[in-house]
Amino acid sequence: MLYPDERGRYGQFGGKYVPETVMSALHELEENYEACIKDAAFIAELNELLTEYSGRPTPLYYAKRLSEKFGGAKIYLKREDLNHTGAHKINNCLGQGLLALRSGKKKVVAETGAGQHGVATATICALLGLECTVFMGEEDIRRQELNVFRMKLLGAEVVPAVSGTKTLKDATNEAIRYWVEHVEDTYYLIGSVVGPHPYPRIVRDFQRIIGDEVKSQIQKLEGRLPDTVVACVGGGSNAMGIFYPFLDDAEVRLIGVEAAGEGVDTERHAASIGKGRPGVLHGSLTYLLQDVNGQVQEAHSISAGLDYPGIGPEHSHLAYTNRAQYVPITDEEALEALHLLSRVEGIIPALESAHAVAHAAKIAPALPADHILVINISGRGDKDMPTVMEKMGRDSV
Amino acid sequence: MSTNVSRIAAKFAELGARKETAFIPFITAGDPTLAHTRELLFRLQDAGADIVELGIPYSDPLADGPVIQAAALRSLAGGTTIDRVFDFVRQLRADGFHLPLIFFTYINPVLQRGIDSFFSEAADSGADGVIIPDLPVEEADEAQQAARAAGMDLIPLVAPTSQNRIQRICSQASGFIYCVATLGVTGARETVSTFLPAFVASVREYANVPVAVGFGVSSGEQAKQIAAYADGIIVGSALVRRVQAVAEAMEALDEQLEQQRLDEFSSFAQSLKAPLRGNL
Repeated sequence: MLYPDERGRYGQFGGKYVPETVMSALHELEENYEACIKDAAFIAELNELLTEYSGRPTPLYYAKRLSEKFGGAKIYLKREDLNHTGAHKINNCLGQGLLALRSGKKKVVAETGAGQHGVATATICALLGLECTVFMGEEDIRRQELNVFRMKLLGAEVVPAVSGTKTLKDATNEAIRYWVEHVEDTYYLIGSVVGPHPYPRIVRDFQRIIGDEVKSQIQKLEGRLPDTVVACVGGGSNAMGIFYPFLDDAEVRLIGVEAAGEGVDTERHAASIGKGRPGVLHGSLTYLLQDVNGQVQEAHSISAGLDYPGIGPEHSHLAYTNRAQYVPITDEEALEALHLLSRVEGIIPALESAHAVAHAAKIAPALPADHILVINISGRGDKDMPTVMEKMGRDSV
Repeated sequence: MSTNVSRIAAKFAELGARKETAFIPFITAGDPTLAHTRELLFRLQDAGADIVELGIPYSDPLADGPVIQAAALRSLAGGTTIDRVFDFVRQLRADGFHLPLIFFTYINPVLQRGIDSFFSEAADSGADGVIIPDLPVEEADEAQQAARAAGMDLIPLVAPTSQNRIQRICSQASGFIYCVATLGVTGARETVSTFLPAFVASVREYANVPVAVGFGVSSGEQAKQIAAYADGIIVGSALVRRVQAVAEAMEALDEQLEQQRLDEFSSFAQSLKAPLRGNL
């Protein structure tokens, strides 16, 4: 079965739960997208930007010292951190930026949590000559001053989201409200595999290049498929991107790592699959952190990119059908893994990606030496240095 | 279709016979307390409201602007839940509130309750209809069945961007059709969009039920203009802003001011209904 189906569903998950005002725009987006991906010129333009502008393909790097340290599986790192702007986010932004142009839209609106998607969006808007408005929670603006400055430097307008919890969830609400009001001339450039159909599919398709590259790279390096692929999951775009090309390869184990924050048995975590129930947020039906009355609960993670009470609907489907496993990693475990990868391989991962490394650290030692384990290093850690300094202590290193 | 004429349909028929346009005010249940909501609803009834919309608060109200968002937050902070709202409406009916009443909420609280349970419990409490602004017609089959089974109207929204969707939406409508007067979220606007008459006319082509207009209506003057071509006028944010003034007086423990704010709410409601009486 090919997902999504014609109703935008992944099994029972997904759909389009949005105000009527944007329904026509979603339909138009679907048509424009279908036309673009069938257009060789569009694909060629996108591939050229991915190669020449963002620096793809990113390496699949054999982490020899890390593998030795764990003393088990053979570990490869997919180096999405080496993309322009420092994370996988640019893959999606380049694709959707070109789609906005093809749709005749000159203005782009986006939401951002820590600012990574906001920076990637501001970057491609500068590149493609689009007007850019980014909604960011007031609380996140305070925490991520540097990214706010980067976005402004790139020419974007950053608008504080002052409603609700003043974080990513509310920035997304505000971006959707803004889109409802400006739907006739504005393209909504969503940053993850979330939102109403067709967004989860579009973002997945623009991120699947990660998994496609891994598949051909590992063929060249090892002559076979990997045994396990591990990626962190907030909304879940880097994980969906690396998982998707392997969905039909039943022998490849797929593991999504959710942020357990201070622990899944506390009130402060972001484990939507582990602890949530199906519900609707931002236009799609998916696992969601909510109370018994259906009020959405605040998520918590040390990593702003994972600090989201929902998850992409296709992940919910993969969890429901047991095609992928979803496991929790705490703030503390992620910090340790960041420290470890920095010291052992000289790679400082983003706190998000450190969650994937932390889970690999748990399972790798018990695996045989011929077990190939790929970790998606979705982004680099530079942006997290203030957080890490604060949490670990300036003198801890 | 239910063989009984719904309370909403009966109200529109009664108004039509008098050549009156329906005044449909919105307030949020539990803003700032359910006791206030009770007071405000009876004041609306006395002020000449014809049908009322009662918001069941939700944490992430995508279709609402800042005024109604804030009302939902005040209500949730006070501990409003669906159970309490159902009990509240039941008591309201027992105490003689006789206007048709419509719940306005979002799909997630309804899903968590169970779609069938939500509609049957809502009907049982004494409500007549439901509006769910993030449930487009494509996703509404189950809710439509549940509404029909419970004898309730599920009132659909039509937007200025709906275009070729209008026919399908109208074919599923019961109660009335809610025309969204502007692009954007709920909230008072200074002027009435120039495209509104043509838009409402295009909806009427397919509508078998009355057509009401909401989003952005904030004065008697605007209500009067729209009444020339609509069967009903929905006013939310402009009223809720006056509820906010009541809430602020309550916060300040100023009972005299609170009473004054309540009276201002009433006189504003009267000013919205006055131009809708026998003006056609």
